[in-house]
This record gives sequence, C-alpha cells and structure tokens, in this order.
Amino acid sequence: MIWLAILGMSLATYLPRLAPFLLGRRFALPQPVCRWLEFFPFAVLGALIVPGILTATPEPRWLGAATGLFAAGLSLLTRNVTLVVAASIGFAYLVQRLF
Amino acid sequence: MAGAMEIRRGLRAGLPIALGYLPVAVTYGLLARQAGLSPLAATGMSVFVYAGASQFMAVKMLAAGLPVTQIILAAFILNFRHFLMSASLSRSLKPAPPRPALLAYGVTDETFVAGSLSLGEEGFTSASFLAMAVLAYLSWAAGSLAGALFGALIPASLASAMGVGLYAMFTALLVPSLKKNWRGAVVAGWSAALALGLWLAFPGFAEGWRIILATLAASACGLALPRRREDRG
Repeated sequence: MIWLAILGMSLATYLPRLAPFLLGRRFALPQPVCRWLEFFPFAVLGALIVPGILTATPEPRWLGAATGLFAAGLSLLTRNVTLVVAASIGFAYLVQRLF
Repeated sequence: MAGAMEIRRGLRAGLPIALGYLPVAVTYGLLARQAGLSPLAATGMSVFVYAGASQFMAVKMLAAGLPVTQIILAAFILNFRHFLMSASLSRSLKPAPPRPALLAYGVTDETFVAGSLSLGEEGFTSASFLAMAVLAYLSWAAGSLAGALFGALIPASLASAMGVGLYAMFTALLVPSLKKNWRGAVVAGWSAALALGLWLAFPGFAEGWRIILATLAASACGLALPRRREDRG
C-alpha cells in the first residue's frame, strides 16, 4: 500500500521533470517563448520566498520576515550562499531564544 | 569529459542546498514515523519520490487513511511546476546534457534556481549541475533516514530555527543576481507580490499552483519590459 503510493508518486513527480528534456531536443521553440523561459528562475524565486518565509517559523510571528531581511542584507555583503544560510539559521535561533 | 573544476564548481553550489535540505529532511523523516511509516518506507519515499512538499503532504494523507490514487494525484498537481523548471533548464544547459534522464531527476526548486543562475557563469556546466544535484539528493535521503531514526532527539527550538534555511538560500541566490539583471529583479518582485496576493486572497489554494500561476504571469509581464542592447537576453 505505502510502496504502491511511493511508486505512483515517483512516476507522477518524475515524468513532468523528464518530459521537457526529451521533447526539447525535437522542437525548436519560438524566440518569445525562449525569452519567457529565461525569466522563470527569477519569477520562481519570488514566488518561493513570499509568502513562504513569513510562515517559516512559528514564534514570534515577525521572525520569518526579519530573517528574510537579515539574509538579504548579508547577501549584499557576501556571495557565499552557504555562509548566509548558516548565519540566518543562527540568527533565527538566537532571536527565538531572546523573545 | 567533465573536468575536476566543473565538478568542484557544482559541489560548491550544492553545499548550501544540502545544508538547507538537511533540517527539512529530518523533519520529514520524523513526521513520516509519527504517521506510522517504517524507517525504510520513510527513507524509501525520499529516495524514489524526491519531492519535498509532496512527501509532507503524502505522509499526512496516508495517516488520514486517504486513497492512494488521491495521494498520487495530489503529488502530481503539487509538483507539476517542475515541468516549467525543466523546460527552462533544458534550454540553458549547454552543451546538451549527456544524461537527461539523470539530470531531470535532480531538478528541484532549489537546484533549478541555483543552477539557472549559475549556468550563465564561467565554468558552470551540465556536469556541475549534476554534481550539485547529487549532493542535494544525498542530503535529502540521508536527512530523511536520520530524521526517521533519531528525529525525536532534536530540540524543537533548533528544528524550527532551521526551517528558515531554504528561504535564506533563496534570498542569497536572488539578491546578487538582481544587481546584474534589472528585468529579473522586476519579474521577481511582481511574482512575489502576485504569490502574496494569491495567498492572502485564497489561503487554501495549493502551493504548487500558486507558484505556477505567479511564475507564468510575472514572466510574461517581463516580456513587456524594454530591452537594451547591452543587457543579456
């Protein structure tokens, strides 16, 4: 039962990931569609960060937004993504302890 | 042949993803156990399905005794956004990936974003993408196993603080890229505003569709932005 769910979910999530790689070799997309696709990473990032970050931590309620600002500020100073992730987790942990 | 440099480049990009995945995977493993899955089944789902949010949902649905067909359909809907990401990625991966089936398995929200933004840079190839994806995948699988076995030992305050990890990563990827691409910045802002509006107006709306709608609409608006010759794309 559980393994049947795993098998079905595996196909249901993998095939949509695979199809464009296989189809992309057969069809050349028109220029505007290519430019549209080039914006996807930015659009996806925007929609992933907001509203998700607002509800990333339970208490205090403003902590998600505050951590986002902390991460954004730190990202202006360094391009080391690993450092930003570790520091932001540390920031959230400390603020939770203090408030 | 993939050079050591390309692999190293990919691993460096994969490290923050692996770090961000770990707490989420541990949480998943713990919840899966609480929902009645064995450690083997909990880890097996991470190994074979490898779809973060869908796994959380599946575990909840399994615990509630919902039919398998419904769980599979929900996973399909929630993860269909990766179709868009693969479509975008399959165009920017140059030279054409030698192992598309393997690369496709490595596509997640995080590897897509990190990969797309790095692919424009010197020395980041499809081999780098693969190295990055493998590291992320291993972290997800190992974290799930650890969570299923020892998740209950982790203090709640640390676990909830670690929940910000992936968002911090998204932010760290977005901010520097905005400096280079003002149109990308506008599109990201529109998309965030749209996703926020959808979330406020329809809280019950599935996250997968929210991301798809915001992505399609904001990217389409991006096409209307004026193009200058010195800008790429």
